[in-house]
Amino acid sequence: MHTAKELDRLAHNRRRFLMNSGMGLGVSALSSLVAPASVAFASGNSSMIGVPRGCDFAPKAKRIIFLFMAGAPSQIDLFDYKPDLEKHFKKELPKSVSMGQRVTAMTRGKEQLIATTKFKFEQKGESGLWMSELLPHLSTQVDKICFIKSMNTDAINHDPGKTSFCTGSEIPGKPSMGAWLSYGLGTLNKDLPDYVVMPSAFWSGKVNVQALYSRLWGSGFLPSKHQGTSFQTAGDPVLFLSNPRGVDSEVRRRMLDSLGQLNGKHFGEIGDPEIQTTIAQQEMAFRMQTSVPELTDISDESQETLAMYGPDVVKPGSYARNCLLARRMAERDVRFVQLFHRGWDHHTRLPDNITGQCRDVDQPTSALLKDLEQRDLLKDTLVVFAGEFGRTIYCQGELTHENYGRDHHPRCFTAWLAGGGIKGGMAYGETDEFSYNIVTDPVHVRDLHATMLHLLGIDHKKLVFPFQGLEQKLTGVEPSRVVKEIIG
Amino acid sequence: MIYCMKTTNFALFAISFCLLLRTGFPLFGQEVSFNREIRPLLSARCFACHGPDANTREADLRLDLRDGDQGAVGSAIVPGSIDQSELWNRITSDDESIVMPPPESNLKPLTEDEQQLVRRWIESGAPYEDFWAFIPPEKPVAPEVKNAHWSFRPMDLHVLKKLESIGREPSPEADPRTLIRRVTFDLTGLPPTREEIAAFLQEHTKSPERAWESLVDGLLQRPQYGEHMARYWLDLVRFADTNGMHKDFYRNHVMYRDWVIRSFNENLGYDNFVRYQLAGDLYPNPTQDQLVASGFNRLHLIIDRGTALPEESFTKNNIDRVTSIGTAFMGMTVHCAQCHDHKFDPITQNDFYSLYAFFNNLDADPETVANPRRGLQEPFVSFGTEEQTARLAELDSKIAELNARSKESKGENAKSESGNNLKRLQRERNLLDDAIPRAMVMKERKEIRETFVLVRGQYDSFGEKVDRNTPAFLPPLKKESEVASRMDLANWLVDPQHPLTARVAVNRFWQQFFGVGLSKTSEDFGNQGEVPSHPELLDELAVSFVQSGWDIKKLVREIVMSKTYRQMSNSTPDKFKQDPENRMLARGPRYRLDAEMIRDQILATCGSLSSAMYGPSVKPPQPPGLWEAVSMTGEVYRADSGDSAHRRSVYTFWKRAMPPPQMTILNAPIRDACIARRERTNTPSQALLLLNEPEYLEAARQLALKVLKQPDSDRIAFAWETVTAKLPDAKELETVESLIGDLTEKYRSSPELVEEICRGIELPDLNAKSKLAAWTIVVNTLYNLDITKTKD
Repeated sequence: MHTAKELDRLAHNRRRFLMNSGMGLGVSALSSLVAPASVAFASGNSSMIGVPRGCDFAPKAKRIIFLFMAGAPSQIDLFDYKPDLEKHFKKELPKSVSMGQRVTAMTRGKEQLIATTKFKFEQKGESGLWMSELLPHLSTQVDKICFIKSMNTDAINHDPGKTSFCTGSEIPGKPSMGAWLSYGLGTLNKDLPDYVVMPSAFWSGKVNVQALYSRLWGSGFLPSKHQGTSFQTAGDPVLFLSNPRGVDSEVRRRMLDSLGQLNGKHFGEIGDPEIQTTIAQQEMAFRMQTSVPELTDISDESQETLAMYGPDVVKPGSYARNCLLARRMAERDVRFVQLFHRGWDHHTRLPDNITGQCRDVDQPTSALLKDLEQRDLLKDTLVVFAGEFGRTIYCQGELTHENYGRDHHPRCFTAWLAGGGIKGGMAYGETDEFSYNIVTDPVHVRDLHATMLHLLGIDHKKLVFPFQGLEQKLTGVEPSRVVKEIIG
Repeated sequence: MIYCMKTTNFALFAISFCLLLRTGFPLFGQEVSFNREIRPLLSARCFACHGPDANTREADLRLDLRDGDQGAVGSAIVPGSIDQSELWNRITSDDESIVMPPPESNLKPLTEDEQQLVRRWIESGAPYEDFWAFIPPEKPVAPEVKNAHWSFRPMDLHVLKKLESIGREPSPEADPRTLIRRVTFDLTGLPPTREEIAAFLQEHTKSPERAWESLVDGLLQRPQYGEHMARYWLDLVRFADTNGMHKDFYRNHVMYRDWVIRSFNENLGYDNFVRYQLAGDLYPNPTQDQLVASGFNRLHLIIDRGTALPEESFTKNNIDRVTSIGTAFMGMTVHCAQCHDHKFDPITQNDFYSLYAFFNNLDADPETVANPRRGLQEPFVSFGTEEQTARLAELDSKIAELNARSKESKGENAKSESGNNLKRLQRERNLLDDAIPRAMVMKERKEIRETFVLVRGQYDSFGEKVDRNTPAFLPPLKKESEVASRMDLANWLVDPQHPLTARVAVNRFWQQFFGVGLSKTSEDFGNQGEVPSHPELLDELAVSFVQSGWDIKKLVREIVMSKTYRQMSNSTPDKFKQDPENRMLARGPRYRLDAEMIRDQILATCGSLSSAMYGPSVKPPQPPGLWEAVSMTGEVYRADSGDSAHRRSVYTFWKRAMPPPQMTILNAPIRDACIARRERTNTPSQALLLLNEPEYLEAARQLALKVLKQPDSDRIAFAWETVTAKLPDAKELETVESLIGDLTEKYRSSPELVEEICRGIELPDLNAKSKLAAWTIVVNTLYNLDITKTKD
């Protein structure tokens, strides 16, 4: 639950934003600062008192850090422990399990020989959850984490898989989750974007590196101001942030003063409030020239903190650095931060590649949880870790105990959540003994979306936008549910 | 007294306007119209469960039909009596278990005003009307207006009638500088030069009307007209230079893009424009243009081979194709019926797959190979000149001959000599071959593939077999032979009796000039689309468009010749707020220019815009690392230099995974779906782009160099006029003068900054350099004025 003080701060932030960029914003800008009309406010309902604008009920979390493992990590080698599988090594997956379900073009018509994991699992934390030896650091954090082992999706290939994980639909053109949140909840801070995306600049997995698409953080049919701002690892973190060569901030300030005067004069003559929005946005741009470098400058971080994130943190563009930046953004109330770490598509030579990938993410992810907690931010920051689907129990390519590969598997995979109202130290949902089909409590990607929105105080059925004749939703038209069992 | 009257008028306007915003466009005190008010209400709140889709229909009730077994009258509505009408009880009930729409649907209950509309409608006998967009347009009677002197053009009279009905008047005509800038942008996508402005002003003082007419006619003849018009079309058909999926390989649609530009310049009739694209390959002896245009059917996203299932890819491609027909030509969301019957419009799932059947027979792989050679995938056609083809054949035979001879030749010397010869010939051959233009085209397989309804849209779940056909609620398809062809489909679309094609097209053209279509939802003319603000005007335009032989230039000319278009766009903040999108057309259009126009304007005014047309897409500089950050294959963006870096934006290379940020930041769509209208936002990222983009600052420096060649006293006016087409007034002069003063001083004391700005330019001393630096920033200021990035 939020304390009255926190809620007051939320309201204060919003007021501050309105004042600072205010001086009479245009209609379009003003209406976009407050939540859209289509998000219902039950005025007069006493239970709504103290509920932030844009929310349908009191939120558990204020912001989300979404760690997206692009390429789809193997649940079998990381999280979904199947101790009895060894006896099935190199045996054909029973037809009663595979049931002729769709497979990709890469393994269609081929033998489905079982590849057991070569990695050891141990019970960790007070909760005694099973964790792979590949994730020693994260293993120390399991009591904060809820593992959903029964995730499933419709997509069997990366492009539609990532597109539906990020936008709720396999068909391009829909807004991304961060865009929906920006649209539904408005902004929390006055001089940073609501929604920041940080793709890692490098990673260890060297096979089959899958592409990213700007649509994964796009605004689809929502106004484009809701689209994610992708932080660049080379050059300006935000495109065109720096003054060009030969211009310093004094020149820029002086120039903006005249520009503001001229634009203001034209507003007086023409009367179009859009001109005032232009003035306000030019001033906001100027403020971002200070606030963004402050955000990305980590020189004020202590040695202990840097050490916690691991050696890669000194390299700009590393996953570790991006985790640290995500924490700095959480402190500054960026609503939605999404990291993309590529390199998880291990069709062949999985053991080598997954070891490297885990080295990339294990320590920084664990540090992020610890760091958020020690700054009292974990309680209202939801951290989500997931890939677009899972991987098959059967092998693709060469199969030995030491070397194997796995194909795409949409029917079950593991995602985990922590902080922001999530029950820690639990596993939810179960798969069969082959980690192939779901046995209990399936959670579709849509259900995860509904749950994430719920934690931010949004009823996923009410966050709608009219487009092409439909009241469009992140969760689409198929039924979806909030997984209440994992909420504390 | 006069003051009082104005207030009353204003109050009346305010009231009607509030109503207008709420429920479309009802006029105060008028009869309730089913099409204008009632159908949109029922569609949004009721049709999902009581509409066309049989699978989700509740209680065997259809509110989209008046009569019949499941029709509204008899069960839900008793005409004339609200008390006996169950519909009325349901929409007004306080009981959660009875009220409609039910709370769990999350649809908004009807407001009191909406309820009253329904009440009045039922009391007046609950008349239904055929849906406006599905009835062929007829030429409306000439509107009767009070102020008949304003204009003789039917277009204007429709606008005036609307304005008079809400107690408003049109705005006066804009000043000539505003006019020439507006129309030059609207017809060429570029600003007028100072010389063009001076010439127009001179003509304008002699005869405003004649000056306008000759300006418009001149602009319509410029090649830049086609480049500009093409740009909107390219958004609509999601034109791009890459596959758009997985490894996002290069896909070569250059000839298609160039054909679109040429078609607009040559004023190809819209009917043939449609025919060529849908079915150009089916003409008896197709011309190059017809074949190239049929590449329209190949513009969809496509995946490269290896991971996806080919059958699934095939289905996706074809659904994408049908979707584009729906959006671009029909203005219908036909793709909503791929999994089930349409929820709001009378398009059944069978209808969708009957349309799908027209495109199901493409003779092409559903996936591309890796790195397709020249970005082409079969089927494609080569269009070498006779000379090129002859030379190619000649080289081929020489190469074959040399090959044969080198096998026989003995001795090291002879071998290496013939090897060198061979290499040289090979090189020449490849260069020549690369220079031959090629275009992907549409092509039918010999044996027609059968088409089945795909159950729930699943690629592998076949339902009923269907034949090629068009939806039943539209005019019947006329077949030229036993099996309908794409040509039949094209002819069906451009039949004068087709209710949608012309309306959808003219609405989009209108939108280009006024920022918003007469129906705002230019991609959706169905039940959930917006009822037009000026239905008679839309029909007037549609009917005359067809009668003119689908003459686009004539239509465009009509629009810009109108008094409506020529109004001044200044107003008061209150009036802007009442009608921010100018739907009542009480003033001229004023809205931000598109991304391409903003960039092209900067390049044109600084003098560096290349006038080259056509050819392979170009890569102007962009910030480093953007492609690398998303690419699967380690692609690096290599910017072009010289002329290629300054081509018009319509030629900029469009990578779907990461389109050019100078475009997308300013709302250009990413081209992975058909977009009929761009949105227009105003964001800090846009401010950053226009302030800081190094290329735009370089342009400012270019213009500053020209400014400094002017006599001292003319400089500000020269720069101001070049950029804004206006002349600065005293206040503006003063502001700019003070800015120049301060900046010159600042730069004099910051030699290192000066050197940065002046790098590469020979100037005698710090004084001269500081001047250039200061003027560069002044021009940068002018480029960032709201009036510069706005058409007004």
